[in-house]
Amino acid sequence: METGRFHEKYAEEIAVYGTPYRRVWILAVLAVTFVVVPLVASPYWLVVLTLVGIAAVGATGLNVLVGYAGQISLGHAAFAAVGAYTSGLLVSRADAPFWVAIPTAMVAAGVFSLIFGLASLRVKGLYLAIATLAAQYIVQWILSSWTWITGGFQGIVIFEPIQVGPLDTTTPTGKYLLVFIALALVVMFVENLMRSRSGRAMIAVRDQDIAAAGSAVSPLRYKLLAFFISSAIAGLSGVLYGYNAGLVSTEVFTLALSVQYLAMILAGGLGSIPGSLLGAAFITMLPIWLRDLLPAVGIELSASVEVHLLTMLFGVAILLFLILEPRGLYGLFRNVKDYFRMWPFSY
Amino acid sequence: MSEFMQLTFSGVFTGMLYALLALGFVVVVKGSGVINFSQGEVVVLGAFVVSWLLTDVGVPFWLGVPATVVVMMVVGAGIERFALRPLQNESMLALVMATIALGSIIRGLVPMIWGDGLRSIPNLIDQRRYEWFGISIPTITFWSAIMVLVLLGAFGFFFSRSRLGLAMQAVSDDRVAAQSLGINIRLVNAVSWAMAGGIAALAGYVWGSLLGVDSRLVVLGALIFPVVILGGLESIVGAVIGGIVVGLVESFSAGYLNDDLGAGFSAVAPLIMLLLVLFVRPYGLFGRPEIERV
Repeated sequence: METGRFHEKYAEEIAVYGTPYRRVWILAVLAVTFVVVPLVASPYWLVVLTLVGIAAVGATGLNVLVGYAGQISLGHAAFAAVGAYTSGLLVSRADAPFWVAIPTAMVAAGVFSLIFGLASLRVKGLYLAIATLAAQYIVQWILSSWTWITGGFQGIVIFEPIQVGPLDTTTPTGKYLLVFIALALVVMFVENLMRSRSGRAMIAVRDQDIAAAGSAVSPLRYKLLAFFISSAIAGLSGVLYGYNAGLVSTEVFTLALSVQYLAMILAGGLGSIPGSLLGAAFITMLPIWLRDLLPAVGIELSASVEVHLLTMLFGVAILLFLILEPRGLYGLFRNVKDYFRMWPFSY
Repeated sequence: MSEFMQLTFSGVFTGMLYALLALGFVVVVKGSGVINFSQGEVVVLGAFVVSWLLTDVGVPFWLGVPATVVVMMVVGAGIERFALRPLQNESMLALVMATIALGSIIRGLVPMIWGDGLRSIPNLIDQRRYEWFGISIPTITFWSAIMVLVLLGAFGFFFSRSRLGLAMQAVSDDRVAAQSLGINIRLVNAVSWAMAGGIAALAGYVWGSLLGVDSRLVVLGALIFPVVILGGLESIVGAVIGGIVVGLVESFSAGYLNDDLGAGFSAVAPLIMLLLVLFVRPYGLFGRPEIERV
């Protein structure tokens, strides 16, 4: 029986494949995601999974900031908007190819967020949450009143579909592939970030900023780095939203979306990549479950009431997970897994 | 010149109402050190309760407003008891996240109970404007500002003189030290949230009378932060000065800049000021400079 996992070398601590099984598992997950699902899933499920994937990109990004660097952002919807509009306008007005527009959009979202990060991260405490709340309202105002940027009615910008070989975003399969390729890259990047000096420095700053500063780890620098990465990934999720929906408008990127991202990482589990993915799936599926389950028990909701109910449920989800299971759904999963691994001596 | 004077005076008076919004926030910071992201939503809840009591239930004014204050104090204490006390030994991140969650819950709950429409609050004072020397101020704004001044004085006295007020400041300063001196932290936290609820009821009444009761009032919640960042997170004098400055910034940008920078700039101008203050003087005018730079 396994009694625990003991590391003898430092390299074992940071290994991606902690056990030989993990390599098999990761390959299996990749095979299912990129081969099995596109072949067998119905269009309905492809659409749902694409939405989950877009949310998962944003949630993984936000988790770098909240889970690893211990700061709160209430402006991730705004940074997603900056990404989406940068990419959409580069393609539609400057005829940039998508492989130029998407990285540029991510950098733009990251650099834009640094204005707010520089103002607030120099001070100890959760001032970033206040500055990003301001960012949220400022961006919403810019999008709705500076029509020379957004170009008119409700700031609608059309996204030209990407058509490269099998990657054709006019089809559900193409959208699904685009989103999950992006998600796989983001997950790989964040996983590697956390194995590196920078990632461990972020955790050090979160846990003991004074000790970190004493070890020549600059708190400001690593909080800013975490915020930059997190916002750039949020920008990517905005771009993916645009390609999936075919257009973006001002009313997508609201404070409610920012809170929704927070709900995802708290429901999934702070500071864990599988947690971000689980949380994104849980929060994205919530409206779908509501739509399917409530009529089944005889409750009919109008569309506007449903929006309010969801706003409330996101808050309830954050609060319940905070109080009852701070490690989130992934923590619950670990508990169950440990129970069966240790069975019948589960103490 | 007369336009300038008009903008100045209406900025100062509106600023007093911003100070009222910020007061509820300051009380919570003083009593528990929590940065409360739900104060704006609690104010909206207060506005809906007072409008419901006065119009739908038909309670007379002299009973309706105090009743709302009591109801909202209970709500505030309830928030503390059921959402924040279970987290009292957790990190500040968890507490702040809980207030964000509460904000979202109230934002969803209020329109589910009272619907999406615009409601109104019956006027106690007739809708006139006072005209002095060519400056016109709505009566409701004028008398609300007077009420705010009295209220701020009372709270200032409470925090600097009364035993409970001092105990609250001690708790926000250092929880553990306060506890070891025999201060009942639970009581202090509950009282500060109840006070924040009561203040939110008054703020909801005043702002609801001014703008109409509607879930868009939550935007006011974002305007609390420029006020308290400028004034210092836990300073009552700071809330007044910060409120007046925010009122002036808003009023002048509405008067002079909206045409050039786009409609609605006056609503975000205080937020841009907030960023500038964070750059220059993050602890605000009257905050304790012990806030650490990292």
